[in-house]
Amino acid sequence: MKLLYFAWVRERIGCGEEDVSPPASVVTVADLLDWLAARSPGHAAALADRSAVRVAVDQDFAGMDARVTEAKEIAIFPPVTGG
Amino acid sequence: MITTRVQTEPFDLSVETAALTNARTDIGALVTFTGLVRDHPLALEHYPGMTERQLAAIAREAEARWAILAGTVIHRHGALEPADPIVLVAIAAAHRGEAFQAAEFLMDWLKTRAPFWKREGAGWVEAKAADDAAAGRWAL
Repeated sequence: MKLLYFAWVRERIGCGEEDVSPPASVVTVADLLDWLAARSPGHAAALADRSAVRVAVDQDFAGMDARVTEAKEIAIFPPVTGG
Repeated sequence: MITTRVQTEPFDLSVETAALTNARTDIGALVTFTGLVRDHPLALEHYPGMTERQLAAIAREAEARWAILAGTVIHRHGALEPADPIVLVAIAAAHRGEAFQAAEFLMDWLKTRAPFWKREGAGWVEAKAADDAAAGRWAL
């Protein structure tokens, strides 16, 4: 699946996009964040406070319980500040 | 039908409103909101694909809730200077009640659900609880 990072999430991880193949045990958004946090110190820093990030699955906002197994694109970012 | 655009270019309010009212005599109310950059230069990042998708979805929601005759939502991204326009919400309806409400609804939604992020210098602007509260009153 394609992962996209924005704003300070991208800065802390060190890249804006990556393709990953998580194991079958990663079923929900929460599982994915746990798995990603272990990937590198940058990932851990970006995901240290789960309440500070939001997630979109296939371009729709998703909660921590949302399934990711069939997702093509998942984005992780801070709360939005447009408008 | 409310059209939505995401772009780097500035917009001209009179051009956009003229396009909404051109050759129509059924519009009794035209409400516009322009959001501007204050004090410090901003860099606006967005999520290509999701921004267009979400703007189109909220336009459909506004059309479902109020009798809107025409409208335009434009949100810029990229590097902006103080006093630059960032966002335009323009709504045309037969009467002012719908036009004011739809415009406010769309702005409250944009502040909480449109995937843009503002950077001021080295720091990222933080989302405000007041914006979430404002969006909450529309049962968004």
